[in-house]
Amino acid sequence: MTADSQLQLNSKGQLRHFLSLNGLNRALLTEILDTTDSFVSVGEQAVKKVPLLRGKVVANLFFEASTRTRTTFELAAKRLSADVLNINISTSATSKGESLKDMLQNLEAMACDMFVVRHAQSGAAHFIAQQVCPDVAIINAGDGRHAHPTQAMLDMYTIRRHKGGFAGLVVAIVGDILHSRVARSEIQALTTLGVAEVRVVAPKTLLPTDIEGLGVSVFHSLKEGLRDADVVMTLRLQKERMHSALLPSEHEFYKRYGLSRDSLGFAKPDAVVMHPGPINRGVEIESEVADGVQSLILKQVNYGIAVRMAVLSMTMSGQMATRIKSS
Amino acid sequence: MSPLPSVDTLLDKMTCDLQQLLSDRGLENPVMVGIHTGGVWIAQALHQRLHIQSPLGELDIAFYRDDYDQRGLQPQVKPSSLPFSTENRHVILVDDVIMSGRTVRAAFNELFDYGRPASIILVTLLSLPGRELPIQPDITGQQLTLEHGERVKLLGPEKLALKLVTGAA
Repeated sequence: MTADSQLQLNSKGQLRHFLSLNGLNRALLTEILDTTDSFVSVGEQAVKKVPLLRGKVVANLFFEASTRTRTTFELAAKRLSADVLNINISTSATSKGESLKDMLQNLEAMACDMFVVRHAQSGAAHFIAQQVCPDVAIINAGDGRHAHPTQAMLDMYTIRRHKGGFAGLVVAIVGDILHSRVARSEIQALTTLGVAEVRVVAPKTLLPTDIEGLGVSVFHSLKEGLRDADVVMTLRLQKERMHSALLPSEHEFYKRYGLSRDSLGFAKPDAVVMHPGPINRGVEIESEVADGVQSLILKQVNYGIAVRMAVLSMTMSGQMATRIKSS
Repeated sequence: MSPLPSVDTLLDKMTCDLQQLLSDRGLENPVMVGIHTGGVWIAQALHQRLHIQSPLGELDIAFYRDDYDQRGLQPQVKPSSLPFSTENRHVILVDDVIMSGRTVRAAFNELFDYGRPASIILVTLLSLPGRELPIQPDITGQQLTLEHGERVKLLGPEKLALKLVTGAA
């Protein structure tokens, strides 16, 4: 059992925090996907609510800007009948760990059952999970460059739903891998769920030095990297995380690594196109592809609510089990 | 204790009773919904025998249970699927066994989140004692009393049959 799984799982192997996919086995990831199937059908009800988290308080702590992720977490919690607090924190107050701790102590006093946390520093969610009282469930909505586990799970759900499963798939992840927490979580999820091959396609300047250690094949040529791929995932250039000149220009990036109708042609004819969003049209992806028949980008957003409902309810369930045991 | 009844015999009786009830109340064009998993099997059999027009609906009440705080979310939740509108329709709600009544309570809540039915007719294959809520089936195949420590289980989906299970749950 890795340190990560020790922190995230209770004694029965159920989730009590959701921080990263590191150390979570295939059975648990599959359970999240199966539970998501049921929550998708809740979206078809006239009253799109189930009473699972009625009376529970979920606080969104977003230390970094986000519209899409925060909105889907809010919708997910509300569809579970939870009470949602949106706490916007200016980045200036959180540059030191001490301020974070002070803030958390204030929030603990509000008797929240769950924090959904997005933070610019890698490891922030883990830090909070270890520092707050064990009764508060922590959900990582993205920490620095480290992890974005719910995004990875919704992408896995999208793949499973549209490709029928994971066995035999070749998945290519294209773009700014170095700065992408999404990429790291995707790679963990894809390898745990047993796809045939995970490829990363990027210039050397946008790849972490230890990338091969993650069990992926590395390509610097888009043509070679996409050849016969079943799934193509493009990533946004994370300019806000770049601190040196890593690219000649966005135009240059698009020429060599942009997903256009032509470059998509290197992949299998029935390949699907995914992007965690927000997309930069004309930088990493051409409009025609983003809006085209092979694109699942809007479906990803749609499934994001159901996946987060699954994660929130499973994690709260695991927390309750821990509380009962200790009471 | 007498041997468990044959499911087919019970289904014949229930079909008869249900047709009578629908006729007595003048209920036309009802829809049918089974509760996962045994209730769906029973509903499939009744749906066929009664030649119900609309496709069969299936409810998984996992998200509406009253014991989430105590037991958490159980795995193997199946999606619910109601391929018709329940608004102003007569809904025949089917389960294999009714005992405490809590499953049916959860099913009512879930059904009402889909729309407002004109009425609900509750049909169960078996009715066991032990109600914890004042809920009774309109139609039941048989009332059964078990010895202490005994449970009854419906086997399926092919060749539906009842089986007695003794010992711890």
